[in-house]
Amino acid sequence: MSALKKMRKTYKLRGGIHPPENKTQSLQSPIDVLPVMGEIVLPLGMHIGAPAEAIVEVGQTVLKGEMIAKPKGFVSTAIHASTSGTVKAIEHRPIIHASGMTAPCIVIEPDGKDQWTTLTPILNYRQSEKNDLLEHINNSGIAGMGGAGFPSRVKLATDKTIEQLIINGTECEPYITADDILMQERAAEIVEGIEILQHLVNPQETLIGVEDNKPEAINALQAATQGKNIEVVVFPTKYPSGGEKQLIQILTGKEVKSGGLPADVGVVCQNIGSTYAIFRAVKHGEPLISRITTLTGEALTTKKNVEVRLGTSVQQLLDFAGFHASRANRVIAGGPMMGFSIPSLDAPVVKTTNCLLAPESNELPLPPEAQPCIRCGMCSEACPVSLLPQQLYWFAQAKDQEGLKKHHLMDCIECGACSYVCPSNIPLVQYYRASKADIRQTAEDQKKADYAKTRYEARLARIEKEEAEKEAKKQARLKKAAAATTAKEKSEVKAAVERTKAAPAEATDDPVAAAIARAKAKADASPLDKAKDNVASLEKRLKKAQAKLDAAKANNDENLAAFESSLTKLQDKLTTAKAELEKLQGEAPKATPEINTDDPVAAAIARAQASRADGESLSPEDKLNKDIESLTKRIKATETKVAAAKENGDEKAEILESSLTKMQDKLTTAQNELAKLQPAKEAPQAAPAVDENDPVAAAIARAQAKRSGDEALSPEDKLKKDIDGLNKRINATQEKVATAKENGDDKAEILESSLNKMQDKLKAAEAELAKLQPATEKTEDAAATQSHDPNDPVAAAIARAQAKREQSSDLSPEEKREKDIAHLEKRIKLTEEKLSEAKDAGDDKAEILESSLEKLKTKLADLAAAED
Amino acid sequence: MIEFLTENALLAALIALGGLALVFGGILGFASVKFKVEGNPIVDQINDLLPQTQCGQCGFPGCKPYAEAIADGEEINRCPPGGEATIQHLADLLDVEVKPLDAEEKVPSVAFIREAECIGCTKCIQACPVDAILGAAKQMHTVIGSECTGCDLCTDPCPVDCIDMVPIETTMQTWHWDLPKTPAQSQLIATDRKGEVA
Repeated sequence: MSALKKMRKTYKLRGGIHPPENKTQSLQSPIDVLPVMGEIVLPLGMHIGAPAEAIVEVGQTVLKGEMIAKPKGFVSTAIHASTSGTVKAIEHRPIIHASGMTAPCIVIEPDGKDQWTTLTPILNYRQSEKNDLLEHINNSGIAGMGGAGFPSRVKLATDKTIEQLIINGTECEPYITADDILMQERAAEIVEGIEILQHLVNPQETLIGVEDNKPEAINALQAATQGKNIEVVVFPTKYPSGGEKQLIQILTGKEVKSGGLPADVGVVCQNIGSTYAIFRAVKHGEPLISRITTLTGEALTTKKNVEVRLGTSVQQLLDFAGFHASRANRVIAGGPMMGFSIPSLDAPVVKTTNCLLAPESNELPLPPEAQPCIRCGMCSEACPVSLLPQQLYWFAQAKDQEGLKKHHLMDCIECGACSYVCPSNIPLVQYYRASKADIRQTAEDQKKADYAKTRYEARLARIEKEEAEKEAKKQARLKKAAAATTAKEKSEVKAAVERTKAAPAEATDDPVAAAIARAKAKADASPLDKAKDNVASLEKRLKKAQAKLDAAKANNDENLAAFESSLTKLQDKLTTAKAELEKLQGEAPKATPEINTDDPVAAAIARAQASRADGESLSPEDKLNKDIESLTKRIKATETKVAAAKENGDEKAEILESSLTKMQDKLTTAQNELAKLQPAKEAPQAAPAVDENDPVAAAIARAQAKRSGDEALSPEDKLKKDIDGLNKRINATQEKVATAKENGDDKAEILESSLNKMQDKLKAAEAELAKLQPATEKTEDAAATQSHDPNDPVAAAIARAQAKREQSSDLSPEEKREKDIAHLEKRIKLTEEKLSEAKDAGDDKAEILESSLEKLKTKLADLAAAED
Repeated sequence: MIEFLTENALLAALIALGGLALVFGGILGFASVKFKVEGNPIVDQINDLLPQTQCGQCGFPGCKPYAEAIADGEEINRCPPGGEATIQHLADLLDVEVKPLDAEEKVPSVAFIREAECIGCTKCIQACPVDAILGAAKQMHTVIGSECTGCDLCTDPCPVDCIDMVPIETTMQTWHWDLPKTPAQSQLIATDRKGEVA
């Protein structure tokens, strides 16, 4: 009694409420130790932290108290069989959780013997190592039994200096009396448990905090703590004094700072139930396999505290207490303030189930509908952690996480005092619970995002590195290859030189060798003369060879083939020699060499030379013009020759054709050069001088004229012109392709490829034009394009597309869609017609048309769907 | 010199001001070189708000490019994985109006490869922006679920369509209370008054 008299100073809890206690109902009878009532279902995650890991298999026989799941990680604890029997299943079962979800559980079919496994108590715990003792406690599956289920080992493993060890016997929540009755009946054991805790954390003082509404418990504890270094501290009843931080504040005046732990202020707090469980575990070696649970509520016939095996189903337990399902409006796990409705009564009792409350409707009515917040401020008066619930409510509604954090939502203990006092019946705590979870989720997402970012950046860096390596390798390879080719070339050149040197000695009969010899003899002559001589001699030889060939043909000579091949060779050589000559003559044009006028190529060269010589005195432009003229003439001549050669099936046709291409190339370059040289104004005048009959030259001339004209034009006009020109060219080319195809000409392919190129260009030009043109101009241009060339399908299509875009931009979405659909239908029809035509004709295009038809149809379907 | 200056007050003032201008100009010039900020700092801030799925659903090849685009005036409502929350945060950061999402909000999901059907082409591996797919040529591939951002970029390249996007299931660990919507959902607290407040 002396302890009670010199009662220590307690501090007042800020805020708080005084709800009806309703504790007496369940305190009428002593703890009823219940036998095993049926199937035992033990969830692997009964505590906060990582779920335990099952170490038994289905079908395995287990004894009471045997560990069936081991802790996984530091914040985790073991699970033990609460009776002997067989492991029936390890499966998902409903558990006591507000989500109503299932969780993995070990299901044990009891064998009825309830046989203990070999227990290993630590009788002389004062001699054992602290860590061994903690390990023993954790392996006994002890977790906070007040409601949260935090593994006790974690709290006790602190290495900070502990000033106060506080045993929480507050049990402030209405209805619950599990700790109260435990203190009343088993005070001595609790005190022994406290001594174990004292040994573990070595506190300066030990306090048992009890509210003054539990006089019997206080008496029992005071009797049990007589002469021990343990103080029972009684303080006024108020909800929520039992919160860990609140109790610390009441008993010591110390405030655990936001986000901190009690150990930071030198306090360790343990629940009465946990203390008792630690005593059982250490002194008797019994793991946590049962707990005291309050069964209460008007829907139960007998309201009392029971010691129930973990894993017993809620339904069975309620039935034992005479549960009237029809009278209960719900079953609550925990108290009426912080508890929650149990979604499934098949869920088992776990380490944190301190109370099962089955209230009638008039006892705990469902809350009335929430009214608007009137800003009365009663909630902030009631808040034990000095928050501003009304502000938090607004932030929660707006999902303003920053605001919530600024107003310290995370310090909310979810006691429900604010909701309790709210005159508008706003379920404030629900808002806070959800918002807290959202904030945690956001933090989690952010973490994940940061991780993804690092991985993404790592990947980019890796790819970059790989690219760089590849590039380096490629460079190395190229270098190597280049080195190899130069070496090869060198050796080839060397070989050729050697061959040349060796040749005269070998066989003077060989015409090539002879030629080389002659060439050597003329080594001192100028290169141009040499080349001329070369050409002349080659021509002579060619003539000779031809004569021989003719003779051989007439005589049906055996050597016909040999003659023919040598003739071809000579012709090749002649061509190269002539090219060389041309080059040289370009450098130093001189009088036309004497040539065989019968040879058309030579004649052409001669004419070209002559014209070039004339050109010397002319201005570069005139020269170029002349060149172009002569080239076009030559091209024409060659073309006719080619045609003739082809008709005769002559072998020369090929050679002629190749030279024709060359000439055409030259013509193009000449034209380009000319274009460059000519000032913009002169071009139109110069252009007409070009041979109108040559389509290529004409085209080039037109292009030049146009380009020079364009110089003065705006980019848009230029582009338009370009497009025009391209359209025309495409048309022309298409016609040509058609004719070439009809004739089965080889050119068809080339023409087609060029046609494609032109079309690409056209598209690019169109795109550019679209970019350049302001929206207003588009319509005009579209119309213009349409009128340009109705025969060209590509241009026409583009024009139509533009026109459509123009129109549709002014239309409402519905109108647009309708138009689109009509348009698509038209196009499908058209395509179908074309397709049938193509099929009839066995055309290659049929496939392309088919695919495009399909595309059109899907588009139509999409549009139709969108309309619906 | 000093005498000259005291006599010509105007000149003295000009020289003093000019000197000050030179000194401060020098300091500013030095500071602009010494404390030069590389890149646009707002881009990093925006990038931090984006969910880093690298999915490209915004039309930009990754979160950083979109962040850059936003900094250059692009709309903030282009990020389906981020959803309304991201838009809200971006709006707060940039002080612009919140806009409704320009697409359907996506359920967070992870890719899952039906391994029996996988032909081991490695196309998905190349497509994955966070290297969350494991596998080698002609070996079946699998997704490392914890690394997957659910960007959906791997499903298109798959030639045999063996990749599913599986919504992430809520577990006991991830479940949380929702905000109360109807009075029926808020039947837990404020219970003990025996109906005295109605």
